[in-house]
Amino acid sequence: MSHQPSAISHVEGRGLPLRGADIDTDRIMPARFLVAVSFEGLERHLFEDDRRADATHPFNDPRYTGASILIVNANFGCGSSREHAPQGLVRAGFRAVIGESFSEIFQGNAAVLGLPCFATDHANVEGLQALVESTPGVTISADVASGAIAAGPLTMTASLPAALRDAFLSGQWNPTAMLLDRFDEVRAVADRLPYIRGF
Amino acid sequence: MPDTLFHKVWNAHAVRRLPSGQTQLFVGLHLIHEVTTPQAFDMLRQHGWRVAFPERTFATVDHIVPTTSQRRPFLDVMAEEMASSLERNCRDAGIPLWAEGSDNQGIVHVIGPELGLTQPGMTIACGDSHTSTHGALGAIAFGIGTSQVRDVLASQCLALDPLRVRRIEVNGQLGRGVFAKDVILTIIRRLGVQGGVGYAYEYGGSTVDAMSVDERMTVCNMSIEGGARIGYVNPDEKTYAFLRGRPFAPQGDAFDRAVAWWRQIASDRDASYDDRVSFDAATIEPTVTWGINPGQSVAVTEPIGAAPDDEALAFMGFRPGARVQGTRIDVAFIGSCTNGRLSDLEEAARVVRGHHVAKHVKALIVPGSQAVRRAAEARGLDAIFTDAGFEWRGAGCSMCLGMNPDKLEGQQISASSSNRNFKGRQGSPTGRTLLMSPAMVAAAAIAGEVVDVREMLDAVPA
Repeated sequence: MSHQPSAISHVEGRGLPLRGADIDTDRIMPARFLVAVSFEGLERHLFEDDRRADATHPFNDPRYTGASILIVNANFGCGSSREHAPQGLVRAGFRAVIGESFSEIFQGNAAVLGLPCFATDHANVEGLQALVESTPGVTISADVASGAIAAGPLTMTASLPAALRDAFLSGQWNPTAMLLDRFDEVRAVADRLPYIRGF
Repeated sequence: MPDTLFHKVWNAHAVRRLPSGQTQLFVGLHLIHEVTTPQAFDMLRQHGWRVAFPERTFATVDHIVPTTSQRRPFLDVMAEEMASSLERNCRDAGIPLWAEGSDNQGIVHVIGPELGLTQPGMTIACGDSHTSTHGALGAIAFGIGTSQVRDVLASQCLALDPLRVRRIEVNGQLGRGVFAKDVILTIIRRLGVQGGVGYAYEYGGSTVDAMSVDERMTVCNMSIEGGARIGYVNPDEKTYAFLRGRPFAPQGDAFDRAVAWWRQIASDRDASYDDRVSFDAATIEPTVTWGINPGQSVAVTEPIGAAPDDEALAFMGFRPGARVQGTRIDVAFIGSCTNGRLSDLEEAARVVRGHHVAKHVKALIVPGSQAVRRAAEARGLDAIFTDAGFEWRGAGCSMCLGMNPDKLEGQQISASSSNRNFKGRQGSPTGRTLLMSPAMVAAAAIAGEVVDVREMLDAVPA
């Protein structure tokens, strides 16, 4: 992971369509792979149980090898707050997710890793999934500022939460340095809180 | 101007508006555990950052701890490395750690309230999505990922967007055999697993007012299963009584001053909300899940709908229109941050007393903390459970998730008091989970199949 984030204004690459609503982070990264003290190698275990149960799972499909844009349906990344899920995706080379909607925690975890999650409507997502299924080599491009997405004959508009969009554009998507920037103000807030002052 | 607890707490902890437009929010209490922190401490070291507020940070081990024996070293070498890593990091940073074997060890969301660390009006963060549990005491508690754990360690702050607030009213009296778990499963069923995205849930109404703090924790715990990162209940006399005398609660005169502040921080009577929904307690029945997310549930007496999710039905092995009642179970699990507190074990024991677990069922009772275990033993609950054929275990997350030796095998079906019925959640990729209240799990353990606990309670004096 980069420690000095740079601006992310545009993402371009091939897609991987993953159909289904409410895909939780236990499925993205089964819990047994969290028994570790580092994130290294997590990309090998993405959807491991789903892939074993279904030989035709899109993550098993060689046509999508090298894809960098994941295309999902509603409420992707719900459940556990494990960052191991977006860590696995980023380490596998994904640079953006396009979907109908995302769990809040997943979207926040992904943002801190520089992985924008674009939201657009059901029809747009279905259209994009169908296009990539029929033409896996198609290039998808996503513009962070406008939310414009283009792929082959398709064009559509997607959105990012405004603050995350601006953070990607300004290169401030990894907030630690900002949070430490005016530490005297943090101390001041703490000193005003009754429970920290001892009532 | 009248306002909600959420906004009052948010405003009291807001440091500044960040250039990104997000709010820099001070975190009053940071709870950490072995799973989501080793990488965060590594990142801190790489940058040369120190833990900013070790005195506002507390640690325990819960997810990976075996519940048969907490003896070190753990057999799983990676689990052992995680535990040692947490010990080293806490020692270096001066963070108190209640490790395995300690009197205060337990599931992080059980020990926070138990020790009085969790208090009204606080902001709380923990690298675990069930951090919403702490809202039961009127705190605003965020589940976060590991990079955010790093941020809180380094700065005691999070960069966040504000949430909208939805008031969820539950009014009326719950029927016999209907518990807080049934209330939250019913809420999630109606509002959907995604219904709470972008919202904090404020629970209220006469049913919630009548609940114990333990019961409120069960409700708040599963807010995240409804998509809401935060759930809370306004503090009241029950909250204050719960906290009085706990080790980290204010003591003496300070307690009275604290109560005065806690009263002010509660939502005002005429506060306005972004949304309101209400539920009638009398219509809530003992509830069981049939599918692969916590919104896929029915009343135990009710058939699964005619056109449900095919993927979920196929995975669970149910036919459309089938009933969950009568489903043979292999495992019964009572425990977790949802339902691993003393009152949960008491409810289960009321059902179990004088009965025996069905021969084909493996039944586990896993107290949420060492303190819960001790209190239960002092009341003789352990004997009731072991006499009935349950295994009486040590404190930990256990079979809620597959990170320790307690796991389902193959396609086993588990009646579980935990919070998630996701595919593979209980440690076997093909294992199947039926979520329900601890009393319902106890009844299923005895019957060997899913039953309506009310039928068993009819035989128990009230």
